[in-house]
Amino acid sequence: MGFYDNFLDEGQSLLRESCKRFALKEIRPFADEWEEAETFPRELYKKAAKAGILGVGFPEAVGGSGGGPVEILMSVEGLMHGTSTGVTVGLGTLGIALPAVVQSENSELIDRIARPVFAGDRIAALAITEPGTGSDVAGVRTTAKADGDDFIVNGAKMFISSGVRADYIVALCRTGEDTHGGLTFFVIESDMPGVSVSRSLKKTGWRASDTAELAFDGVRVPKRNMVGELGSGFFAVMRNFQTERLALAGYGYATAELALEESIRYARDREAFGRPIMRFQVTRHKLAEMATKVTAAKTFTYQVASRMAAGEHCVTEVSMAKNMCAQVANEVTYEAVQIHGGMGYMRESVVERLSRDARLLPIGGGTQEIMREIIAKNMGL
Amino acid sequence: MKVLVTAKRVVDPDVKVKLDGSGNLDLSNVEYKLNPFDEYGVEEAVKLKEAGKADEVIVVSVGTSDSQKEIRTALAMGADRGILVEVDEDEDLDPLTIAKLINGVVQREEPQLILLGKLAVDAENNQVGQMLGALTGFGQGTFAYRLDIEDGYAIVGREVDGGTADVKVALPAIVTADLRLNEPRYASLPGIMKAKKKPLDVLTPDDLDVEVDAQVRVVGYELPPERAAGVIVADVDELIEKLRNEAKVIG
Ligand SMILES: Cc1cc2nc3c(=O)[nH]c(=O)nc-3n(C[C@H](O)[C@H](O)[C@H](O)COP(=O)(O)OP(=O)(O)OC[C@H]3O[C@@H](n4cnc5c(N)ncnc54)[C@H](O)[C@@H]3O)c2cc1C
Repeated sequence: MGFYDNFLDEGQSLLRESCKRFALKEIRPFADEWEEAETFPRELYKKAAKAGILGVGFPEAVGGSGGGPVEILMSVEGLMHGTSTGVTVGLGTLGIALPAVVQSENSELIDRIARPVFAGDRIAALAITEPGTGSDVAGVRTTAKADGDDFIVNGAKMFISSGVRADYIVALCRTGEDTHGGLTFFVIESDMPGVSVSRSLKKTGWRASDTAELAFDGVRVPKRNMVGELGSGFFAVMRNFQTERLALAGYGYATAELALEESIRYARDREAFGRPIMRFQVTRHKLAEMATKVTAAKTFTYQVASRMAAGEHCVTEVSMAKNMCAQVANEVTYEAVQIHGGMGYMRESVVERLSRDARLLPIGGGTQEIMREIIAKNMGL
Repeated sequence: MKVLVTAKRVVDPDVKVKLDGSGNLDLSNVEYKLNPFDEYGVEEAVKLKEAGKADEVIVVSVGTSDSQKEIRTALAMGADRGILVEVDEDEDLDPLTIAKLINGVVQREEPQLILLGKLAVDAENNQVGQMLGALTGFGQGTFAYRLDIEDGYAIVGREVDGGTADVKVALPAIVTADLRLNEPRYASLPGIMKAKKKPLDVLTPDDLDVEVDAQVRVVGYELPPERAAGVIVADVDELIEKLRNEAKVIG
């Protein structure tokens, strides 16, 4: 029995392989080019939609592909074989943008906004973070003020993945005084007057994914673009963080696993002092340690995903998985670069990119410190 | 029209298979997948169904029970039902035995069209389709890059050395798929979920009255010799001189 048989049923295995196949054919050959270009072709969304990848984790009834936490993890793991976290993230922003829309059960909004995104015809982004607030979600200062049948939105959003070319920005706005109960999501359409991309941000890693600073200047948003009840935004954020963090854990172990594979290959081929560097015990032990970390991180994440799929409330464990995988990704890619020597510092090496991409994992989607805060609190400390 | 299409489980062609100390394949930690050439066959069969030219697509695999996964992959791509002809060990099989077993299924199911990959990427024998042609007596179009079904005939565009050639074969017919036949779809999650509910029958060689008695057996594996280092020649004249006098490949 293989590793996967312990955790996955046949369908989940097939999904993992299908996404991997997609990544090896549609992403990997172009990854270097797209990373340098800091974008990827829009048509990749269409291809991923046709392959059913975009809608994983959302019910078929709303245009998704079905599946839950385990399937989401498998799609992330499979897509990472493209070796570009940026592309995986770019394709995946709907996974964080649309849950609130779908959970609103507002069929008009779902048909108009969510379906075209699942079909790969439109791009969606989630906008919570602002220039002045990140970890402290309740500190959001972008306002939405009722004006007749509309809301007028003013403010700025920061670090928004896919924000440069998103058609729909699902933005958290302040609609009332109450710290948590005064926040609401709105779908802001990029062609509404007053919406602008202030900056396309230059990043260390995740380069194929565009990241924006956005400005909303008196944007008139019709009430029909309000997501869920007035004041439901903060709770929607908290609810959906769990899946986002599970996916980020997936990025983590998948990054580490790729770096490990690349390193094993390199250590077999590269010679120093007249023999392959694999012949040095130091190299082998390093790889053994890397493999141990990858296996532990992956096993733990699979376990958390299955518990989530069974309906368990795993806030503590998913926070642990996110932190553990982020750390493993950084440690393993660091050693992978080391094993590659000078070549590990060159853009032409996959591990060079992976090491840059890994650096964001302890920051994005809730920092390492915030994760520890959650874990500690739930431990009753 | 009923279409029968094959699905062989093969070692992922992207992994480098190693040999263990005793000259056997080291198959620990390798991943398996549906033979890419069979994927073209499955895609073509599903396309025929979508175009209303086929009523039912049946996928058949000959192998151990592990091959059920490759059948499920084909079902997830859109085939209707699966048949596994189960053997205990893949080593029991050679191309002729496989062709006989598939022929057994053909006799039971009486398909009008049988689609196979032109070869399986593991052993690259390129024999089963042709042998099945001999066993069934059906006409065959091998190495198809194009397939049309019209008025009881399969019109097969074939890739041949130096170009292409079309053949028109009366149904029932055998067609083996080449690279350019189509672009196989990815098994999507909704397709995978539907595939779980599709029937998959398991048959034994006995059920098909076929005796498994392989005439070709693997006696050992060895790696190809390491390639010797090349030499850089100064000009075309030197190249010709070396090809003529050292390599002796031109007169
Ligand atoms: C490439 C990229 C893509 C992103 N994509 C998106 C997106 O699509 N949508 C979106 O909304 N956001 C996005 N983000 C934002 C991301 O979620 C935030 O950067 C992250 O939540 C951290 O917020 P911050 O940057 O404001 O850091 P801050 O909150 O300012 O934190 C700074 C430091 O202080 C620490 N700190 C803060 N509070 C505490 C505390 N209570 N106790 C201990 N330490 C604390 C933090 O851990 C961190 O080390 C993205 C960011 C990046 C870099």
